[in-house]
Amino acid sequence: MLDTHPLLELICPAGSLPALKAAVDHGADGVYLGLKDNTNARNFAGLNFDDKSLAEGIRYAEERGCRVLMALNTYPQPDTLKRWHAAVDKAAELGVYAIILADPGLMAYACKTHPELRLHLSVQGSATSYEAIHFYRERFGIQRAVLPRVLSLAQVENVIRNSPVEIELFGFGGLCVMVEGRCLLSSYACGDSPNTFGACSPGHAVRWQQTPQGMETRLNGILIDRYADHEKAGYPTLCKGRFAVQGETYYALEEPTSLNSMEMLPEMLRIGIAAIKIEGRQRSPAYVAQVTQVWRAAIDAVKRNPDAFHIQPDWTTQLTKVSEGSMHTLGAYNRPWK
Amino acid sequence: MLLPAVPTYLSRFIAHLPMAPVSYALSLGLNRIAWRGLQELDWTPMYGRSFAIRILDLGVSAGFRVGPSGFAAAKVTEAAVTFSASAEDFVRLALQLEDPDTLFFNRRLRIEGDTDLGLTAKNLLDGVDFEALTAQMPAPVRMVLNQLRQRLVA
Repeated sequence: MLDTHPLLELICPAGSLPALKAAVDHGADGVYLGLKDNTNARNFAGLNFDDKSLAEGIRYAEERGCRVLMALNTYPQPDTLKRWHAAVDKAAELGVYAIILADPGLMAYACKTHPELRLHLSVQGSATSYEAIHFYRERFGIQRAVLPRVLSLAQVENVIRNSPVEIELFGFGGLCVMVEGRCLLSSYACGDSPNTFGACSPGHAVRWQQTPQGMETRLNGILIDRYADHEKAGYPTLCKGRFAVQGETYYALEEPTSLNSMEMLPEMLRIGIAAIKIEGRQRSPAYVAQVTQVWRAAIDAVKRNPDAFHIQPDWTTQLTKVSEGSMHTLGAYNRPWK
Repeated sequence: MLLPAVPTYLSRFIAHLPMAPVSYALSLGLNRIAWRGLQELDWTPMYGRSFAIRILDLGVSAGFRVGPSGFAAAKVTEAAVTFSASAEDFVRLALQLEDPDTLFFNRRLRIEGDTDLGLTAKNLLDGVDFEALTAQMPAPVRMVLNQLRQRLVA
């Protein structure tokens, strides 16, 4: 193994100052956050950080030994490019630990203008091979890559063996349809792309309505799901809708479910995963506190003794409770086929 | 359920009350208890828009509007967005003990109407520092809220 960096850092989401504090107080090694605009992929009304909360958040985290990472992981458009540049400048000025980028043009700007700024490759960059990661390292000096949730753990290990770049994996949270950075599904429904608007289902396009048949979810007027009273609900994204296909109505693309890779922690430690990312900047401080606490305990346990690691039942109970669709999966990490 | 269930006769009685006084009483209460701590938030996206809560197990609805000087009662029927949940879940949300998305997944929270406005309200309230908020409240209210919070956490 090439890496000498610490392993299994716990990177937690923060959509607000109280969420950041909850992550720090419950044991996160790092928090990731975004600004109040479309420079990040959780661009929701009222969410994220302004100058004041950002400065306070960085101070709070750093005083407690927690790193702050800023997500600038959408793709700038020509007429608003200055907004992304200003965001990179702000991150450098405030001294965040790293910025998380997807767009090569923005990486070029960042490494030229702020050579001291640490760059992480976002999951939205969609790099799945060590050759792709090598390209980003060679051209822009990226120091960490967040891998898309499409590789098996054996394939992740192959990337790590062949790359000096730190690898961060998603550990828990909402799963997407697994073409991160390349998905145009919601553009099809509402004209806004997650890569430029910063949200898969912009709030202005989402409508929920209780009807005699059940609760209907519409995206820009298109019916994407209808839940009977007893059914669990998922996020209002096109990929998680139910559609009539050849006479059968079902989750034709993906069922609402959360990723939970906790049982693979010993293997993740062995192959040298630098960091585990928890999804959910759109979630409340209560979620961040619960999930951070559980994952802190699990990571500490696996580091103490990987061979004796076993998942406590109450960890699973707590994670299941907050999961989308109230269920979870190992996703692609554990599959026999390549 | 950690809070005592609402007796049926009481919920039936409440359901027959006119809703305007409920909206008025709740907005008055919120202004007295919480506005000092809440006024620093950026409420401007919500100015001129009204929202409603429907407390399903009590059969009670209340409408609000927010302005520079606090909350005011508004007509439930004119709300741009309506949140529906049980009394206990609303209390848990207000005390920041529950994640709204979790309640939504479990069908314990409904948001109908203008989703962006609903998200704005949800995210504004998620951004409230609970300890700083209660520190600005009258001492007896702070004591009751902290006790209730401890009881619901346990």
